[in-house]
Amino acid sequence: MNAPFSDKTKPLLSVRDLSKIFDISGGFLDQLTLKNGRLRREKTTVKALNRVSFDIAPGETFSVVGESGCGKSTLGRTVIGLYPPDGGEVHYGGERIDTLSSRRMLPFRRRMQMVFQDPYASLNPRKRVAAILEEPLRFHHPDMTADEVGDRVKEVMEQVGGDVQWLTRLPHEFSGGQRQRISIARALVVDPEFIVADEPISALDVSIQAQILNLMMDAREQRGLTYMFIAHDLSVVEHISTRVAVMYLGSLCEVADVDRLFADPRHPYTRALLSAIPRLGKKKSDHVRLKGEVPTPINLPTGCVFHGRCLYADERCVREIPELLKQDDGVLAACHGVEEGRL
Amino acid sequence: MVAFIIRRIVQAFLVMFIISSIGFAIKHNVGDPVWQITGISVSKAERERIREQLGLNDPVYIQYINFLKNAAHGDLGQSYFYKKPAADVILDKAPATLELVLVSSMIIVVLSIPLGVYAAIYPKRIFSRVVMGGSIVGVSIPVFLIAIMGVYLFSVHLGWLPSFGRGATVNVGGWRTGFLTVDGWLHLILPSLSLSSIMLPLFIRLIRSEMMEVLESDYIRYAWAKGLKKYRIWFLHAFKNTLLPVITVGGVQLGITIAFTILTETVFQWQGLGFLFMEAVERSDTALLVAYLMFVGMIMVVVNTVVDIIYGVVNPTVRIAGTK
Amino acid sequence: MSALLQVQDLTVNFALRTGDLTALNGVTFALGEGERLGLVGESGAGKSVAGFAIINLIGKPGYIAGGRVLFQGEEISALPEEAIRRIRGHRISMVFQDPMMTLNPVLTIGTQMVETLQAHRNIGQSEAEAIAVDKLRQVHIPSPEKRLHQYPHEFSGGMRQRIIIAIALLNDPQLIIADEPTTALDVTIQAEIMDLFLELCRQTRMGLILITHDLAVVSETTEKIAVMYAGEIVEEGRTEDVVRRPRHPYTQGLIAALPQGDDQRGTRLNQIPGTMPTLTRIPPGCSFHPRCPHAMDVCSERAPGPLPVAYPDGGGGMAACHLYDPNLGDR
Repeated sequence: MNAPFSDKTKPLLSVRDLSKIFDISGGFLDQLTLKNGRLRREKTTVKALNRVSFDIAPGETFSVVGESGCGKSTLGRTVIGLYPPDGGEVHYGGERIDTLSSRRMLPFRRRMQMVFQDPYASLNPRKRVAAILEEPLRFHHPDMTADEVGDRVKEVMEQVGGDVQWLTRLPHEFSGGQRQRISIARALVVDPEFIVADEPISALDVSIQAQILNLMMDAREQRGLTYMFIAHDLSVVEHISTRVAVMYLGSLCEVADVDRLFADPRHPYTRALLSAIPRLGKKKSDHVRLKGEVPTPINLPTGCVFHGRCLYADERCVREIPELLKQDDGVLAACHGVEEGRL
Repeated sequence: MVAFIIRRIVQAFLVMFIISSIGFAIKHNVGDPVWQITGISVSKAERERIREQLGLNDPVYIQYINFLKNAAHGDLGQSYFYKKPAADVILDKAPATLELVLVSSMIIVVLSIPLGVYAAIYPKRIFSRVVMGGSIVGVSIPVFLIAIMGVYLFSVHLGWLPSFGRGATVNVGGWRTGFLTVDGWLHLILPSLSLSSIMLPLFIRLIRSEMMEVLESDYIRYAWAKGLKKYRIWFLHAFKNTLLPVITVGGVQLGITIAFTILTETVFQWQGLGFLFMEAVERSDTALLVAYLMFVGMIMVVVNTVVDIIYGVVNPTVRIAGTK
Repeated sequence: MSALLQVQDLTVNFALRTGDLTALNGVTFALGEGERLGLVGESGAGKSVAGFAIINLIGKPGYIAGGRVLFQGEEISALPEEAIRRIRGHRISMVFQDPMMTLNPVLTIGTQMVETLQAHRNIGQSEAEAIAVDKLRQVHIPSPEKRLHQYPHEFSGGMRQRIIIAIALLNDPQLIIADEPTTALDVTIQAEIMDLFLELCRQTRMGLILITHDLAVVSETTEKIAVMYAGEIVEEGRTEDVVRRPRHPYTQGLIAALPQGDDQRGTRLNQIPGTMPTLTRIPPGCSFHPRCPHAMDVCSERAPGPLPVAYPDGGGGMAACHLYDPNLGDR
């Protein structure tokens, strides 16, 4: 196992002002548009992340929640280095990693692993499970002997509740839950410290979700893992997380310990989101109704990204982008209303 | 939508530019125009004079610019065999080919849509199976074989239809058309049928497979759940969505039909562009070859551009999104 | 409460080359007028098949192999095509799962609404449009007159689902079957759509069958729940009974597998071992017995019939489980 961080207060992952912009305008000709009778070249960009900052301490399960298109998956992929950021910094274990060459990045690629949402798409259909699991191991540990590789793969397979016989089979022979076990095994086989799990259970049935969540929680206990857990299912997030970040349209609205967030949400968006969670046996509907429609990240609203749907927005919210400010009890909220004490 | 059309037209010009480059490259590298003009009985000094006069000693890029300039004005050089401007020769022969392609396209559209749709709606019926089986046979028989078999059966054996030429034509403002006489139509039947025999089976199969896919979609199932009548579901809901991919693929295929006229016209001695092209190849008439290339290229580009614009009109997502 | 819908012993088979597969195995339930029923199960449990079978709209190669469906006393499972067409979208409407895929992309909203009216009523264009506008307003679509001329892709997912609900309402049906109507939507939109369903059911006294995998959503919306497993209904009862005092071991496992909120954060969730059997490999006897913590010998030998279960307050429900068989005396 990895040596745990001696200094617990030091963050394992530190993200500062991270921005990511996608250019979706296509080729030169596709960029041409007609405006007021004149042909112009215009680039269409999606502002997927806008100056996102947060820290993850070792041993935490830090969840990022938000609705589809809010940029939570992009955040996970940018943090782990799958997308180069367009601004800001990512520090891991005290070292800045977003500017590293791919060779210098190599050790971090072993320490940081990713589990994807769709267990059907993320496993190479033409490779046997053994090959899928051995590949990252061989890549990161070229000095390991074939026996060592084989032993390690078998060990991890058993840890994720799989069978050694699975190793000789192809991904399509497995159910969704079993494939997600294999995906997790692939991440665990190189003995990482930090796993970004992007909606790892949303493609699965309820009874299978519980199996995978338990597996992830067990692995966290046994290996001292730190998770960044990206999800839209708030009741799952509530169950598994230690801290939660709520994201809306590429910006963080609120970051808080799980107890505080669910007991006393500050940001109006968080409140609406939590009120919308369906609860078993809850009869009275007390959903907070938001107004308007979710804007696209192509044309970001001015000021607070949420102001168009917020019931409490005033003129300042339209004009000025709120900062993520620390409240007395440590909760971070990006809301003028909260800052002014009127919410 | 306007921006979308402008984009497509700009693209069309880009493609024409590339085609013209290829045309120029052929003209520049294949054959010697001086030899073609003068023959062998002219002195070396005289040749050099003509060479200078034609601008053949200029740098390549100047020659190219001149070539483009001339082409833009419709001057594609002199045909060595016909001793007239190549463009005139082309325009003289174009109506024959365009009429042939037009009639073939009509045959394809009129037959493939009902057959393809029927085979998609009733995939298990015997008639559908016959159509699909026949389309495989149709795809696999070469066009000239179908043409020759047609001639043998209908001209030689039964004597119902003429076997070659365009028959009686009428000159309407410089356009010699076979549409205005019964003889002209009789002469069109065999060539247009054999020309359409290549694309017809492909179109039937394309329409059938697209339609079957659409019929499986959620919105069709939803249309049933709304209690709509079946004809509305098939011919409005399903067919309109089937059209989108068919227009894209089909437009290109119809353009390609022009290329296939070379075979058909040769078999039927049809005095059109394809026939002209074969002659030009035999006679190494470079100017004419280049003119053919440019002309057919232009038709293809125009067809594709029009198809894209039609697609934009039929498909609301293209029409409104524009930048998508 | 008079019966709006009675589904009796409904069986749906899929005819495959290798033989018939049973997707729905003798399903029985009833729905009163204005009543809301949740049909709950995991993927492959047969809940969608059940929904489509009610209006006899099962995709090939599926067919109704047995049982019957009575709607307002009339047997509709054996009607000829034209007669059942007049019921679909008229007296029984459906709402589909994915609003992005449900509307025809090349037809305007107006066209898709007007045709639904004209398929069942002899009315003109302008009258139909007036009704359409009225229904769009009822589902809270702003400026409905303008919306009629727009295409589906100009709307967000939540708006489209509202439009689909408006289409379902066009002919004032007595029953709406909603197949996972919010699964493809975000949680705040889901809440809005479910609120809308509740509001509409109260306004119009129409019945609702809500088909979903999400027990929590059902528990907030419906009065009754039927839990499906491997093509059968394994438990049925009043919503609060099923949710708070589930009787069938599968329902118990399913509810225990859900994260329960504050007091149990971070603890291991109850997990049902294994996965639901595919249709080709349904075990003999009770189809749940290989995963069941209470399985007895009899469970692998014969399938349990529907057995009545009682609740302390006098209410009753049904569970298909040998545990509730008084003759077995194992309880």
